[in-house]
Amino acid sequence: MKVTITVDRRPEIADPEGTTVKRALHDLGFTEIESVRMDRVIHLEVDGDDDEEVETRVEEMCKQLLANPVLEDFKVQIHR
Amino acid sequence: MKTAVIVFPGVNCEHDVVHAIEALGGEADLVWHRETDLSDFDGVILPGGFAHGDALRTGAIARFAPAMDEVIRLAGESRPILGICNGWQMLCESRLLPGAHIANRDMSFICKFVDVEVMDTNSVLTRSAEVGQRLRIPLNSYQGNWVDPTHSGRIVLRYINDPNGSQRQAAAVTNAEGNVVGVMPHPERGTDELLGSIDGNILLESFLHSLVPA
Repeated sequence: MKVTITVDRRPEIADPEGTTVKRALHDLGFTEIESVRMDRVIHLEVDGDDDEEVETRVEEMCKQLLANPVLEDFKVQIHR
Repeated sequence: MKTAVIVFPGVNCEHDVVHAIEALGGEADLVWHRETDLSDFDGVILPGGFAHGDALRTGAIARFAPAMDEVIRLAGESRPILGICNGWQMLCESRLLPGAHIANRDMSFICKFVDVEVMDTNSVLTRSAEVGQRLRIPLNSYQGNWVDPTHSGRIVLRYINDPNGSQRQAAAVTNAEGNVVGVMPHPERGTDELLGSIDGNILLESFLHSLVPA
């Protein structure tokens, strides 16, 4: 089973990388860009066929290691 | 009295820390991160570098090393715990200190002397210093931009000129008790006239004076 995790820094926390990319886009003439946020996407291949069980386990992985609850939120998407 | 300097794959300041501690008359041993028993040590220093290549987040993987369980245990016993640079990032990931680190505000790796001011002497890093004292210490980091949404960290050193965007210009933060400290500039690199500064000595002396027999 394939799982996609999106980890994004909460909007109130600064994202210096996003700010730098935004500046570069403006330099290239893409001045319509108002904001850039650089989220992290993690792709997993999981040995399992019970959606609910896989989701519970992946959420546990996010809480323990893959996301930092101090600054980040995460979303888990299961692909059949 | 003996200090454990924990070695993770990818850290690179462990020998500098041992050298600096020994030059001040202290005793320090390098200890591999898989070690499960730190009972023989009176304090711990987590040195700087790039543990596990900073994969995922700085300090995120190092935090789960067996030695870190011991660090958490010793912190609970009020023993001095000092994290320098990457070591501070590990202490945040372990939740021994509040907040987390993100990339420097200007996305630059900063390697230069910085001036810091002692804000608070109730910590194992600053007890031998004086409030208001200014120190010149080398900074060497890319992710030194400390963010603390809880606003609960007690700042013991503050940058005079904000180099990296760190909240409240924090260069070093401690817990409520003062026995766990994270510092971003490297005191061990400011311990000899040859290096351009000896101001780091007062911070490492503070740490050594804080040790009590295990």
